[in-house]
Amino acid sequence: MKNSKKERSFAGKLTIRQKSAIRGYIFLLPWIIGFLIFTAFPFFYSIYLSMSKVTITPTGIVTQWNGFNNYLDIFTKDVNFLPALTDSIVFVGLSTPLIIVASLLIALMLNKQFKGRTVFRAIYFLPVIIMSGPVLSELLANKAVNIIQPTKFAIYEFFRLLPLNLGAPILYLFDKIIIILWFSGVQILIFLAGIQKIDKALYEAAQIDGASSWVIFWKIILPQIRPLILVNTIYTIVDLATFPTNAINVEISSKMFQTGRVYSYSAAMSWIYSLIILAILGVAFLILKERKS
Amino acid sequence: MNKRLKENIFKVVIIILLLIIGFAYLYPVAFMISTSFMDVDDLVNPTIQWIPSKLYLENFKIASKVLDVKNSLLNSIIMAGVPAILQTFSSALIGYGFARYEFPFKKLWLALLLFTFLLPVQVTLIPKYIMFSSYGMINTPLPSFLPALFGQGIRSTIFILIFYQFFSSYPKSIDEAAQIDGAGHFTIFMKIAIPMSIPAIVVSLLFSFVWYWNETYLSGLFFGNAIQTLPMKLQSFVDAYSRMYPVSDASLANRLNEGIRMAATLITIIPLLILYALLQKQFVESIDRTGITGE
Repeated sequence: MKNSKKERSFAGKLTIRQKSAIRGYIFLLPWIIGFLIFTAFPFFYSIYLSMSKVTITPTGIVTQWNGFNNYLDIFTKDVNFLPALTDSIVFVGLSTPLIIVASLLIALMLNKQFKGRTVFRAIYFLPVIIMSGPVLSELLANKAVNIIQPTKFAIYEFFRLLPLNLGAPILYLFDKIIIILWFSGVQILIFLAGIQKIDKALYEAAQIDGASSWVIFWKIILPQIRPLILVNTIYTIVDLATFPTNAINVEISSKMFQTGRVYSYSAAMSWIYSLIILAILGVAFLILKERKS
Repeated sequence: MNKRLKENIFKVVIIILLLIIGFAYLYPVAFMISTSFMDVDDLVNPTIQWIPSKLYLENFKIASKVLDVKNSLLNSIIMAGVPAILQTFSSALIGYGFARYEFPFKKLWLALLLFTFLLPVQVTLIPKYIMFSSYGMINTPLPSFLPALFGQGIRSTIFILIFYQFFSSYPKSIDEAAQIDGAGHFTIFMKIAIPMSIPAIVVSLLFSFVWYWNETYLSGLFFGNAIQTLPMKLQSFVDAYSRMYPVSDASLANRLNEGIRMAATLITIIPLLILYALLQKQFVESIDRTGITGE
Protein backbone atom coordinates (compact mmCIF):
# COMPACT_ATOMS: atom_id res chain seq x y z
CA MET A 1 0.00 0.00 0.00
CA LYS A 2 2.75 2.39 0.97
CA ASN A 3 4.45 1.66 -2.29
CA SER A 4 1.46 2.46 -4.41
CA LYS A 5 1.08 5.79 -2.66
CA LYS A 6 4.62 6.68 -3.54
CA GLU A 7 4.01 5.75 -7.14
CA ARG A 8 1.06 8.10 -7.38
CA SER A 9 1.50 10.04 -10.57
CA PHE A 10 1.02 13.75 -10.94
CA ALA A 11 -1.26 13.59 -13.94
CA GLY A 12 -4.15 11.54 -12.63
CA LYS A 13 -5.45 10.14 -9.42
CA LEU A 14 -4.62 6.58 -10.41
CA THR A 15 -1.43 4.89 -9.37
CA ILE A 16 0.98 3.68 -12.00
CA ARG A 17 0.03 0.16 -11.16
CA GLN A 18 -3.67 0.86 -11.67
CA LYS A 19 -2.95 2.60 -14.95
CA SER A 20 -0.91 -0.33 -16.12
CA ALA A 21 -3.72 -2.67 -15.18
CA ILE A 22 -6.27 -0.62 -17.12
CA ARG A 23 -4.03 -0.45 -20.18
CA GLY A 24 -3.32 -4.16 -19.98
CA TYR A 25 -7.03 -4.86 -19.89
CA ILE A 26 -7.65 -2.56 -22.85
CA PHE A 27 -5.21 -4.62 -24.93
CA LEU A 28 -6.78 -7.79 -23.62
CA LEU A 29 -10.34 -6.66 -24.17
CA PRO A 30 -10.82 -8.22 -27.62
CA TRP A 31 -9.74 -11.56 -26.24
CA ILE A 32 -11.95 -11.34 -23.15
CA ILE A 33 -15.00 -10.44 -25.25
CA GLY A 34 -14.17 -13.22 -27.69
CA PHE A 35 -13.61 -15.71 -24.91
CA LEU A 36 -16.96 -14.97 -23.28
CA ILE A 37 -18.93 -15.06 -26.55
CA PHE A 38 -17.18 -17.80 -28.51
CA THR A 39 -15.83 -20.11 -25.82
CA ALA A 40 -17.24 -19.65 -22.31
CA PHE A 41 -20.89 -19.30 -23.27
CA PRO A 42 -20.85 -22.12 -25.86
CA PHE A 43 -19.01 -24.29 -23.34
CA PHE A 44 -21.78 -24.11 -20.75
CA TYR A 45 -24.56 -24.03 -23.29
CA SER A 46 -23.25 -27.23 -24.82
CA ILE A 47 -23.39 -29.00 -21.43
CA TYR A 48 -26.97 -27.80 -21.12
CA LEU A 49 -27.84 -28.90 -24.66
CA SER A 50 -26.41 -32.33 -24.09
CA MET A 51 -28.90 -32.82 -21.28
CA SER A 52 -31.88 -31.42 -23.14
CA LYS A 53 -34.42 -32.36 -25.70
CA VAL A 54 -34.32 -29.75 -28.44
CA THR A 55 -37.14 -28.91 -30.80
CA ILE A 56 -36.90 -26.38 -33.57
CA THR A 57 -39.97 -24.18 -33.81
CA PRO A 58 -40.67 -21.32 -36.20
CA THR A 59 -39.81 -18.84 -33.44
CA GLY A 60 -36.54 -20.43 -32.51
CA ILE A 61 -35.36 -23.47 -30.62
CA VAL A 62 -37.07 -24.82 -27.54
CA THR A 63 -35.16 -26.87 -25.04
CA GLN A 64 -36.57 -29.25 -22.52
CA TRP A 65 -34.63 -30.85 -19.69
CA ASN A 66 -33.80 -34.43 -20.48
CA GLY A 67 -31.23 -35.40 -17.87
CA PHE A 68 -28.70 -38.00 -18.88
CA ASN A 69 -30.94 -39.69 -21.41
CA ASN A 70 -28.84 -38.66 -24.40
CA TYR A 71 -25.76 -40.10 -22.76
CA LEU A 72 -27.58 -43.30 -21.87
CA ASP A 73 -28.83 -43.69 -25.42
CA ILE A 74 -25.36 -43.17 -26.82
CA PHE A 75 -23.90 -45.96 -24.74
CA THR A 76 -26.81 -48.38 -24.86
CA LYS A 77 -28.50 -47.89 -28.23
CA ASP A 78 -26.00 -46.37 -30.63
CA VAL A 79 -24.16 -48.98 -32.66
CA ASN A 80 -21.89 -46.50 -34.42
CA PHE A 81 -20.65 -44.50 -31.48
CA LEU A 82 -18.42 -46.89 -29.57
CA PRO A 83 -16.53 -48.18 -32.63
CA ALA A 84 -16.00 -44.61 -33.85
CA LEU A 85 -14.87 -43.52 -30.41
CA THR A 86 -12.45 -46.43 -30.03
CA ASP A 87 -11.12 -45.80 -33.49
CA SER A 88 -10.36 -42.16 -32.74
CA ILE A 89 -8.87 -42.87 -29.32
CA VAL A 90 -6.61 -45.61 -30.68
CA PHE A 91 -5.53 -43.24 -33.43
CA VAL A 92 -4.67 -40.47 -30.96
CA GLY A 93 -3.21 -42.73 -28.29
CA LEU A 94 -0.94 -44.80 -30.49
CA SER A 95 0.09 -42.12 -32.96
CA THR A 96 1.09 -39.45 -30.46
CA PRO A 97 4.16 -41.16 -28.91
CA LEU A 98 5.28 -42.21 -32.37
CA ILE A 99 4.96 -38.74 -33.79
CA ILE A 100 6.95 -37.33 -30.88
CA VAL A 101 9.78 -39.85 -31.24
CA ALA A 102 9.86 -39.57 -35.04
CA SER A 103 9.84 -35.78 -35.04
CA LEU A 104 12.56 -35.61 -32.38
CA LEU A 105 14.81 -37.96 -34.35
CA ILE A 106 14.22 -36.07 -37.57
CA ALA A 107 14.87 -32.73 -35.88
CA LEU A 108 18.15 -34.06 -34.47
CA MET A 109 19.23 -35.19 -37.92
CA LEU A 110 18.18 -31.95 -39.59
CA ASN A 111 20.18 -30.05 -37.01
CA LYS A 112 23.48 -31.49 -38.24
CA GLN A 113 25.59 -29.37 -40.55
CA PHE A 114 25.64 -30.69 -44.09
CA LYS A 115 25.11 -29.56 -47.63
CA GLY A 116 21.53 -29.36 -48.81
CA ARG A 117 20.14 -29.01 -45.32
CA THR A 118 17.76 -26.26 -46.39
CA VAL A 119 16.38 -28.47 -49.15
CA PHE A 120 15.69 -31.21 -46.64
CA ARG A 121 14.03 -28.77 -44.30
CA ALA A 122 11.82 -27.52 -47.10
CA ILE A 123 10.76 -31.09 -47.87
CA TYR A 124 10.15 -32.02 -44.26
CA PHE A 125 7.95 -29.01 -43.63
CA LEU A 126 5.86 -29.72 -46.69
CA PRO A 127 3.08 -31.54 -44.82
CA VAL A 128 2.59 -28.49 -42.59
CA ILE A 129 1.46 -26.69 -45.71
CA ILE A 130 -0.54 -29.22 -47.64
CA MET A 131 -2.03 -31.33 -44.89
CA SER A 132 -5.79 -31.08 -44.77
CA GLY A 133 -8.65 -33.48 -44.34
CA PRO A 134 -9.79 -33.61 -47.98
CA VAL A 135 -6.24 -33.79 -49.36
CA LEU A 136 -5.39 -36.62 -47.00
CA SER A 137 -8.59 -38.48 -47.90
CA GLU A 138 -7.82 -38.18 -51.60
CA LEU A 139 -4.28 -39.41 -51.09
CA LEU A 140 -5.55 -42.34 -49.03
CA ALA A 141 -8.34 -43.17 -51.48
CA ASN A 142 -5.92 -43.24 -54.38
CA LYS A 143 -3.25 -45.22 -52.56
CA ALA A 144 -0.76 -42.40 -52.83
CA VAL A 145 0.46 -43.03 -49.32
CA ASN A 146 1.15 -46.74 -49.74
CA ILE A 147 4.85 -46.54 -50.42
CA ILE A 148 5.85 -49.71 -48.79
CA GLN A 149 3.44 -52.54 -48.48
CA PRO A 150 4.17 -53.75 -45.00
CA THR A 151 2.25 -56.97 -45.55
CA LYS A 152 5.00 -58.15 -47.86
CA PHE A 153 7.62 -58.26 -45.16
CA ALA A 154 8.36 -61.28 -43.01
CA ILE A 155 8.49 -59.16 -39.90
CA TYR A 156 4.86 -58.18 -40.43
CA GLU A 157 3.92 -61.85 -40.49
CA PHE A 158 5.87 -62.38 -37.31
CA PHE A 159 3.88 -59.78 -35.42
CA ARG A 160 0.67 -61.17 -36.84
CA LEU A 161 1.44 -64.46 -35.15
CA LEU A 162 1.77 -62.80 -31.75
CA PRO A 163 -1.22 -62.60 -29.42
CA LEU A 164 -3.56 -59.89 -30.63
CA ASN A 165 -3.13 -57.30 -27.89
CA LEU A 166 0.65 -57.59 -28.15
CA GLY A 167 0.99 -57.53 -31.90
CA ALA A 168 -1.84 -55.16 -32.79
CA PRO A 169 -0.13 -51.88 -31.82
CA ILE A 170 2.95 -52.81 -33.83
CA LEU A 171 0.92 -53.81 -36.83
CA TYR A 172 -0.87 -50.50 -36.49
CA LEU A 173 2.48 -48.77 -36.79
CA PHE A 174 3.35 -50.51 -39.98
CA ASP A 175 0.03 -49.57 -41.47
CA LYS A 176 0.11 -45.94 -40.45
CA ILE A 177 3.78 -45.04 -40.69
CA ILE A 178 3.36 -42.59 -43.56
CA ILE A 179 0.40 -40.85 -41.94
CA ILE A 180 2.41 -40.54 -38.75
CA LEU A 181 5.26 -38.88 -40.60
CA TRP A 182 2.81 -36.59 -42.31
CA PHE A 183 1.48 -35.39 -38.98
CA SER A 184 4.96 -34.52 -37.71
CA GLY A 185 5.67 -31.27 -39.56
CA VAL A 186 5.01 -28.67 -36.88
CA GLN A 187 6.57 -30.87 -34.22
CA ILE A 188 9.82 -31.19 -36.19
CA LEU A 189 9.82 -27.43 -36.56
CA ILE A 190 9.40 -26.84 -32.84
CA PHE A 191 12.06 -29.39 -31.85
CA LEU A 192 14.50 -28.03 -34.42
CA ALA A 193 14.09 -24.46 -33.23
CA GLY A 194 14.54 -25.67 -29.66
CA ILE A 195 17.70 -27.62 -30.39
CA GLN A 196 19.18 -24.67 -32.20
CA LYS A 197 18.69 -22.50 -29.16
CA ILE A 198 20.89 -24.67 -26.98
CA ASP A 199 24.09 -22.86 -26.14
CA LYS A 200 26.88 -24.15 -28.40
CA ALA A 201 29.34 -23.79 -25.55
CA LEU A 202 27.63 -26.68 -23.80
CA TYR A 203 28.45 -29.06 -26.65
CA GLU A 204 32.00 -27.86 -26.88
CA ALA A 205 32.59 -28.30 -23.20
CA ALA A 206 31.15 -31.80 -23.36
CA GLN A 207 33.23 -32.70 -26.39
CA ILE A 208 36.40 -31.54 -24.68
CA ASP A 209 35.49 -33.83 -21.82
CA GLY A 210 35.27 -36.59 -24.40
CA ALA A 211 31.50 -37.10 -24.41
CA SER A 212 30.10 -39.04 -27.35
CA SER A 213 27.11 -37.90 -29.40
CA TRP A 214 25.08 -40.47 -27.51
CA VAL A 215 26.00 -38.98 -24.15
CA ILE A 216 25.54 -35.45 -25.45
CA PHE A 217 22.02 -36.34 -26.52
CA TRP A 218 20.98 -37.82 -23.18
CA LYS A 219 22.81 -35.40 -20.90
CA ILE A 220 22.53 -32.09 -22.76
CA ILE A 221 19.96 -32.04 -25.55
CA LEU A 222 17.21 -34.06 -23.94
CA PRO A 223 17.08 -32.17 -20.62
CA GLN A 224 17.16 -28.85 -22.50
CA ILE A 225 14.28 -29.66 -24.81
CA ARG A 226 12.26 -31.54 -22.24
CA PRO A 227 9.63 -28.79 -21.93
CA LEU A 228 9.21 -28.95 -25.70
CA ILE A 229 8.37 -32.63 -25.54
CA LEU A 230 5.40 -31.67 -23.37
CA VAL A 231 4.46 -28.79 -25.68
CA ASN A 232 4.67 -31.05 -28.73
CA THR A 233 2.75 -33.87 -27.09
CA ILE A 234 -0.10 -31.54 -26.20
CA TYR A 235 -0.06 -30.02 -29.67
CA THR A 236 -0.09 -33.47 -31.27
CA ILE A 237 -2.97 -34.76 -29.17
CA VAL A 238 -5.07 -31.66 -29.89
CA ASP A 239 -4.16 -31.77 -33.58
CA LEU A 240 -5.03 -35.45 -34.01
CA ALA A 241 -8.13 -35.30 -31.83
CA THR A 242 -9.69 -32.50 -33.83
CA PHE A 243 -8.66 -33.72 -37.28
CA PRO A 244 -11.84 -33.53 -39.37
CA THR A 245 -11.66 -37.00 -40.90
CA ASN A 246 -11.54 -38.68 -37.48
CA ALA A 247 -14.27 -41.27 -37.21
CA ILE A 248 -15.81 -39.61 -34.18
CA ASN A 249 -15.74 -36.11 -35.63
CA VAL A 250 -17.52 -37.33 -38.74
CA GLU A 251 -20.06 -39.02 -36.47
CA ILE A 252 -20.66 -35.88 -34.40
CA SER A 253 -21.28 -33.62 -37.37
CA SER A 254 -23.43 -36.18 -39.17
CA LYS A 255 -25.79 -36.54 -36.18
CA MET A 256 -26.14 -32.82 -35.56
CA PHE A 257 -29.42 -32.41 -37.36
CA GLN A 258 -30.79 -35.88 -36.70
CA THR A 259 -34.55 -35.60 -36.46
CA GLY A 260 -35.93 -36.17 -33.02
CA ARG A 261 -32.72 -35.19 -31.29
CA VAL A 262 -31.40 -32.15 -33.07
CA TYR A 263 -28.22 -30.67 -31.58
CA SER A 264 -28.57 -32.38 -28.20
CA TYR A 265 -27.45 -35.87 -29.17
CA SER A 266 -24.34 -34.60 -30.95
CA ALA A 267 -23.59 -32.30 -28.04
CA ALA A 268 -23.60 -35.26 -25.68
CA MET A 269 -21.30 -37.18 -28.03
CA SER A 270 -18.89 -34.29 -28.27
CA TRP A 271 -18.79 -34.07 -24.48
CA ILE A 272 -17.98 -37.73 -24.03
CA TYR A 273 -15.23 -37.45 -26.62
CA SER A 274 -13.86 -34.22 -25.20
CA LEU A 275 -13.71 -35.55 -21.66
CA ILE A 276 -11.71 -38.53 -22.89
CA ILE A 277 -9.35 -36.27 -24.83
CA LEU A 278 -8.93 -34.00 -21.82
CA ALA A 279 -8.17 -37.09 -19.73
CA ILE A 280 -5.53 -38.18 -22.25
CA LEU A 281 -4.05 -34.68 -22.12
CA GLY A 282 -4.03 -34.89 -18.33
CA VAL A 283 -2.19 -38.21 -18.37
CA ALA A 284 0.34 -36.88 -20.87
CA PHE A 285 0.87 -33.85 -18.70
CA LEU A 286 1.44 -35.92 -15.56
CA ILE A 287 3.92 -38.18 -17.32
CA LEU A 288 5.89 -35.40 -18.97
CA LYS A 289 5.78 -32.51 -16.54
CA GLU A 290 9.05 -31.49 -14.96
CA ARG A 291 9.66 -33.16 -11.70
CA LYS A 292 10.99 -30.90 -9.02
CA SER A 293 13.77 -32.73 -7.34
CA MET B 1 42.16 -38.26 -38.16
CA ASN B 2 40.20 -41.20 -36.96
CA LYS B 3 37.70 -38.91 -35.34
CA ARG B 4 37.17 -36.94 -38.54
CA LEU B 5 36.49 -40.12 -40.43
CA LYS B 6 34.03 -41.32 -37.83
CA GLU B 7 32.21 -38.01 -37.98
CA ASN B 8 31.99 -38.10 -41.75
CA ILE B 9 30.57 -41.59 -41.75
CA PHE B 10 28.04 -40.44 -39.18
CA LYS B 11 27.07 -37.56 -41.46
CA VAL B 12 26.65 -39.83 -44.47
CA VAL B 13 24.47 -42.19 -42.47
CA ILE B 14 22.29 -39.28 -41.41
CA ILE B 15 21.94 -38.00 -44.95
CA ILE B 16 20.96 -41.46 -46.16
CA LEU B 17 18.40 -41.77 -43.39
CA LEU B 18 17.03 -38.33 -44.20
CA LEU B 19 16.77 -39.30 -47.85
CA ILE B 20 14.83 -42.42 -47.00
CA ILE B 21 12.44 -40.61 -44.69
CA GLY B 22 12.26 -37.69 -47.08
CA PHE B 23 11.03 -40.16 -49.64
CA ALA B 24 7.98 -40.74 -47.46
CA TYR B 25 7.22 -37.04 -47.65
CA LEU B 26 7.86 -36.66 -51.33
CA TYR B 27 6.26 -39.88 -52.51
CA PRO B 28 2.63 -38.76 -52.18
CA VAL B 29 3.43 -35.45 -53.85
CA ALA B 30 5.34 -37.14 -56.67
CA PHE B 31 2.55 -39.68 -57.03
CA MET B 32 0.05 -36.86 -57.25
CA ILE B 33 1.99 -35.01 -59.92
CA SER B 34 2.81 -38.05 -62.01
CA THR B 35 -0.67 -39.59 -61.84
CA SER B 36 -2.40 -36.31 -62.65
CA PHE B 37 -0.74 -36.30 -66.10
CA MET B 38 -1.75 -39.84 -66.99
CA ASP B 39 -4.59 -40.69 -69.31
CA VAL B 40 -6.64 -43.85 -68.93
CA ASP B 41 -4.28 -45.90 -71.07
CA ASP B 42 -1.29 -44.92 -68.96
CA LEU B 43 -3.15 -45.63 -65.74
CA VAL B 44 -3.98 -49.20 -66.67
CA ASN B 45 -0.69 -49.85 -68.43
CA PRO B 46 1.47 -51.84 -65.99
CA THR B 47 4.70 -50.86 -67.75
CA ILE B 48 4.12 -47.22 -66.97
CA GLN B 49 5.02 -46.51 -63.38
CA TRP B 50 6.06 -42.90 -63.00
CA ILE B 51 6.57 -41.19 -66.34
CA PRO B 52 3.38 -40.69 -68.34
CA SER B 53 3.73 -41.60 -72.03
CA LYS B 54 2.65 -38.10 -73.11
CA LEU B 55 1.87 -34.74 -71.63
CA TYR B 56 -1.82 -35.18 -71.00
CA LEU B 57 -3.61 -32.11 -69.63
CA GLU B 58 -7.22 -33.22 -69.93
CA ASN B 59 -7.31 -34.28 -66.25
CA PHE B 60 -6.60 -30.74 -65.18
CA LYS B 61 -9.26 -29.35 -67.47
CA ILE B 62 -11.89 -31.70 -66.13
CA ALA B 63 -10.78 -31.25 -62.53
CA SER B 64 -10.81 -27.48 -62.67
CA LYS B 65 -14.26 -27.54 -64.19
CA VAL B 66 -15.59 -29.80 -61.44
CA LEU B 67 -13.81 -27.77 -58.77
CA ASP B 68 -15.20 -24.58 -60.30
CA VAL B 69 -11.71 -23.18 -59.87
CA LYS B 70 -12.46 -19.59 -60.78
CA ASN B 71 -14.92 -19.11 -57.95
CA SER B 72 -13.53 -21.47 -55.39
CA LEU B 73 -9.98 -20.18 -55.71
CA LEU B 74 -11.17 -16.64 -55.04
CA ASN B 75 -13.29 -17.91 -52.13
CA SER B 76 -10.31 -19.76 -50.73
CA ILE B 77 -8.08 -16.71 -50.91
CA ILE B 78 -10.66 -14.53 -49.16
CA MET B 79 -11.67 -17.13 -46.59
CA ALA B 80 -8.04 -17.76 -45.67
CA GLY B 81 -6.58 -14.30 -46.19
CA VAL B 82 -9.04 -12.18 -44.22
CA PRO B 83 -9.08 -14.31 -41.05
CA ALA B 84 -5.29 -14.66 -41.24
CA ILE B 85 -4.89 -10.89 -41.19
CA LEU B 86 -7.52 -10.42 -38.46
CA GLN B 87 -6.07 -13.21 -36.38
CA THR B 88 -2.51 -11.92 -36.68
CA PHE B 89 -3.52 -8.42 -35.69
CA SER B 90 -5.60 -9.47 -32.70
CA SER B 91 -2.96 -11.95 -31.54
CA ALA B 92 -0.31 -9.24 -31.67
CA LEU B 93 -2.53 -6.89 -29.67
CA ILE B 94 -3.42 -9.50 -27.05
CA GLY B 95 0.12 -10.87 -26.83
CA TYR B 96 1.36 -7.33 -26.33
CA GLY B 97 -1.11 -6.75 -23.51
CA PHE B 98 0.06 -9.91 -21.76
CA ALA B 99 3.73 -9.17 -22.27
CA ARG B 100 3.98 -5.44 -21.46
CA TYR B 101 1.52 -4.82 -18.66
CA GLU B 102 0.99 -6.08 -15.17
CA PHE B 103 -2.60 -6.48 -14.10
CA PRO B 104 -4.67 -8.45 -11.63
CA PHE B 105 -5.79 -11.98 -12.64
CA LYS B 106 -3.14 -12.18 -15.35
CA LYS B 107 -2.39 -15.78 -14.41
CA LEU B 108 -6.07 -16.65 -14.59
CA TRP B 109 -6.44 -15.18 -18.07
CA LEU B 110 -3.32 -17.00 -19.24
CA ALA B 111 -4.72 -20.23 -17.87
CA LEU B 112 -8.02 -19.64 -19.70
CA LEU B 113 -6.06 -18.85 -22.84
CA LEU B 114 -4.34 -22.24 -22.66
CA PHE B 115 -7.66 -23.87 -21.88
CA THR B 116 -9.19 -22.53 -25.11
CA PHE B 117 -6.46 -24.40 -26.97
CA LEU B 118 -6.99 -27.66 -25.11
CA LEU B 119 -10.76 -27.67 -25.37
CA PRO B 120 -11.70 -29.75 -28.40
CA VAL B 121 -13.55 -27.63 -30.98
CA GLN B 122 -16.36 -30.19 -31.06
CA VAL B 123 -17.61 -29.02 -27.69
CA THR B 124 -18.37 -25.46 -28.69
CA LEU B 125 -19.32 -26.32 -32.25
CA ILE B 126 -23.05 -26.82 -31.80
CA PRO B 127 -23.79 -23.80 -29.58
CA LYS B 128 -21.75 -21.67 -31.97
CA TYR B 129 -23.79 -22.97 -34.86
CA ILE B 130 -27.04 -22.14 -33.03
CA MET B 131 -25.71 -18.70 -32.14
CA PHE B 132 -24.56 -17.82 -35.66
CA SER B 133 -27.73 -19.23 -37.08
CA SER B 134 -29.95 -17.14 -34.79
CA TYR B 135 -28.12 -14.00 -35.91
CA GLY B 136 -28.56 -15.02 -39.54
CA MET B 137 -24.81 -15.34 -40.05
CA ILE B 138 -24.81 -18.89 -41.40
CA ASN B 139 -23.74 -18.88 -45.07
CA THR B 140 -21.86 -15.61 -44.55
CA PRO B 141 -18.13 -15.35 -43.83
CA LEU B 142 -18.76 -13.88 -40.36
CA PRO B 143 -18.62 -17.15 -38.36
CA SER B 144 -15.02 -17.36 -39.49
CA PHE B 145 -14.05 -13.69 -39.36
CA LEU B 146 -15.53 -12.73 -35.98
CA PRO B 147 -13.75 -15.34 -33.82
CA ALA B 148 -10.49 -14.52 -35.63
CA LEU B 149 -10.96 -10.85 -34.81
CA PHE B 150 -11.57 -11.61 -31.14
CA GLY B 151 -8.63 -13.95 -30.64
CA GLN B 152 -10.67 -17.17 -30.85
CA GLY B 153 -9.72 -18.24 -34.37
CA ILE B 154 -8.02 -21.46 -35.42
CA ARG B 155 -5.29 -22.11 -32.86
CA SER B 156 -5.25 -18.45 -31.86
CA THR B 157 -3.62 -19.44 -28.59
CA ILE B 158 -0.43 -20.44 -30.37
CA PHE B 159 -0.18 -17.09 -32.11
CA ILE B 160 -0.93 -15.11 -28.94
CA LEU B 161 1.79 -17.05 -27.14
CA ILE B 162 4.27 -16.41 -29.95
CA PHE B 163 3.63 -12.67 -29.73
CA TYR B 164 3.65 -12.82 -25.92
CA GLN B 165 7.03 -14.50 -26.04
CA PHE B 166 8.31 -12.07 -28.65
CA PHE B 167 7.19 -8.90 -26.87
CA SER B 168 8.51 -10.13 -23.53
CA SER B 169 11.97 -10.46 -24.96
CA TYR B 170 12.83 -6.86 -25.71
CA PRO B 171 13.63 -4.18 -23.14
CA LYS B 172 10.92 -1.94 -21.76
CA SER B 173 13.26 1.06 -21.96
CA ILE B 174 12.38 1.41 -25.65
CA ASP B 175 8.75 2.02 -24.70
CA GLU B 176 9.77 4.44 -21.99
CA ALA B 177 11.90 6.44 -24.41
CA ALA B 178 8.94 6.74 -26.77
CA GLN B 179 6.68 7.71 -23.90
CA ILE B 180 9.02 10.52 -22.94
CA ASP B 181 8.74 11.72 -26.52
CA GLY B 182 5.01 11.91 -25.94
CA ALA B 183 3.80 8.80 -27.72
CA GLY B 184 0.56 7.21 -26.49
CA HIS B 185 0.36 3.53 -25.67
CA PHE B 186 -1.43 2.51 -28.82
CA THR B 187 0.99 4.58 -30.91
CA ILE B 188 3.89 2.79 -29.26
CA PHE B 189 2.27 -0.52 -30.11
CA MET B 190 1.65 0.44 -33.75
CA LYS B 191 4.87 2.37 -34.41
CA ILE B 192 7.41 0.46 -32.35
CA ALA B 193 6.15 -2.97 -31.33
CA ILE B 194 4.56 -3.98 -34.64
CA PRO B 195 7.54 -3.07 -36.88
CA MET B 196 9.84 -4.93 -34.49
CA SER B 197 7.78 -8.08 -34.61
CA ILE B 198 7.97 -8.77 -38.35
CA PRO B 199 9.27 -12.34 -37.88
CA ALA B 200 6.37 -13.16 -35.57
CA ILE B 201 3.95 -11.56 -38.00
CA VAL B 202 5.30 -13.60 -40.92
CA VAL B 203 4.96 -16.85 -38.98
CA SER B 204 1.49 -15.97 -37.77
CA LEU B 205 0.21 -14.84 -41.17
CA LEU B 206 1.58 -17.86 -42.96
CA PHE B 207 0.37 -20.44 -40.46
CA SER B 208 -3.03 -18.77 -40.13
CA PHE B 209 -3.42 -18.63 -43.87
CA VAL B 210 -2.51 -22.27 -44.31
CA TRP B 211 -4.69 -23.47 -41.45
CA TYR B 212 -7.66 -21.43 -42.58
CA TRP B 213 -7.12 -22.56 -46.15
CA ASN B 214 -7.17 -26.22 -45.12
CA GLU B 215 -10.06 -25.89 -42.70
CA THR B 216 -13.13 -27.80 -43.85
CA TYR B 217 -14.79 -29.10 -40.69
CA LEU B 218 -16.22 -25.82 -39.43
CA SER B 219 -16.63 -24.19 -42.81
CA GLY B 220 -18.62 -27.13 -44.14
CA LEU B 221 -21.11 -26.42 -41.40
CA PHE B 222 -21.06 -22.63 -41.33
CA PHE B 223 -20.91 -21.84 -45.02
CA GLY B 224 -22.55 -24.91 -46.49
CA ASN B 225 -23.05 -24.39 -50.18
CA ALA B 226 -22.95 -20.61 -50.04
CA ILE B 227 -19.18 -20.28 -49.90
CA GLN B 228 -17.21 -23.12 -51.39
CA THR B 229 -13.45 -23.11 -51.04
CA LEU B 230 -11.11 -25.38 -52.98
CA PRO B 231 -10.65 -27.96 -50.20
CA MET B 232 -14.43 -28.01 -49.66
CA LYS B 233 -14.92 -28.66 -53.36
CA LEU B 234 -12.30 -31.37 -53.21
CA GLN B 235 -14.16 -32.98 -50.32
CA SER B 236 -17.27 -33.38 -52.44
CA PHE B 237 -15.35 -33.98 -55.66
CA VAL B 238 -16.64 -37.48 -56.34
CA ASP B 239 -20.28 -36.39 -56.04
CA ALA B 240 -19.81 -33.24 -58.06
CA TYR B 241 -18.05 -35.21 -60.76
CA SER B 242 -20.74 -37.81 -61.09
CA ARG B 243 -23.32 -35.04 -61.41
CA MET B 244 -21.41 -33.29 -64.17
CA TYR B 245 -20.33 -36.41 -66.01
CA PRO B 246 -23.09 -39.01 -65.51
CA VAL B 247 -21.77 -42.53 -65.92
CA SER B 248 -24.40 -43.51 -68.47
CA ASP B 249 -23.02 -41.38 -71.27
CA ALA B 250 -19.45 -41.94 -70.28
CA SER B 251 -16.82 -43.21 -72.57
CA LEU B 252 -13.98 -44.81 -70.68
CA ALA B 253 -12.11 -41.51 -70.72
CA ASN B 254 -14.93 -39.76 -68.92
CA ARG B 255 -15.08 -42.13 -66.03
CA LEU B 256 -13.68 -40.67 -62.82
CA ASN B 257 -10.20 -42.00 -62.43
CA GLU B 258 -7.15 -41.52 -60.25
CA GLY B 259 -5.65 -39.12 -62.74
CA ILE B 260 -8.55 -36.71 -62.46
CA ARG B 261 -8.73 -36.96 -58.68
CA MET B 262 -5.00 -36.39 -58.28
CA ALA B 263 -5.20 -33.42 -60.62
CA ALA B 264 -7.95 -31.98 -58.42
CA THR B 265 -5.91 -32.55 -55.29
CA LEU B 266 -2.92 -30.91 -56.89
CA ILE B 267 -4.96 -27.87 -57.94
CA THR B 268 -6.16 -27.52 -54.35
CA ILE B 269 -2.65 -27.34 -52.93
CA ILE B 270 -0.80 -25.55 -55.74
CA PRO B 271 -1.50 -22.06 -54.33
CA LEU B 272 -0.08 -23.16 -50.98
CA LEU B 273 2.95 -24.71 -52.64
CA ILE B 274 3.61 -21.47 -54.49
CA LEU B 275 3.23 -19.47 -51.30
CA TYR B 276 5.54 -21.87 -49.51
CA ALA B 277 8.15 -21.72 -52.26
CA LEU B 278 8.15 -17.94 -52.08
CA LEU B 279 8.26 -17.65 -48.31
CA GLN B 280 10.07 -20.83 -47.36
CA LYS B 281 13.34 -19.11 -46.47
CA GLN B 282 11.84 -16.29 -44.41
CA PHE B 283 9.55 -18.83 -42.83
CA VAL B 284 12.28 -21.13 -41.57
CA GLU B 285 14.40 -18.19 -40.45
CA SER B 286 11.49 -16.51 -38.74
CA ILE B 287 10.79 -19.59 -36.71
CA ASP B 288 14.33 -19.43 -35.43
CA ARG B 289 13.85 -15.80 -34.49
CA THR B 290 10.37 -15.75 -33.03
CA GLY B 291 11.25 -17.90 -30.11
CA ILE B 292 8.36 -20.13 -31.08
CA THR B 293 9.74 -22.63 -28.62
CA GLY B 294 9.64 -20.45 -25.55
CA GLU B 295 7.41 -21.58 -22.76
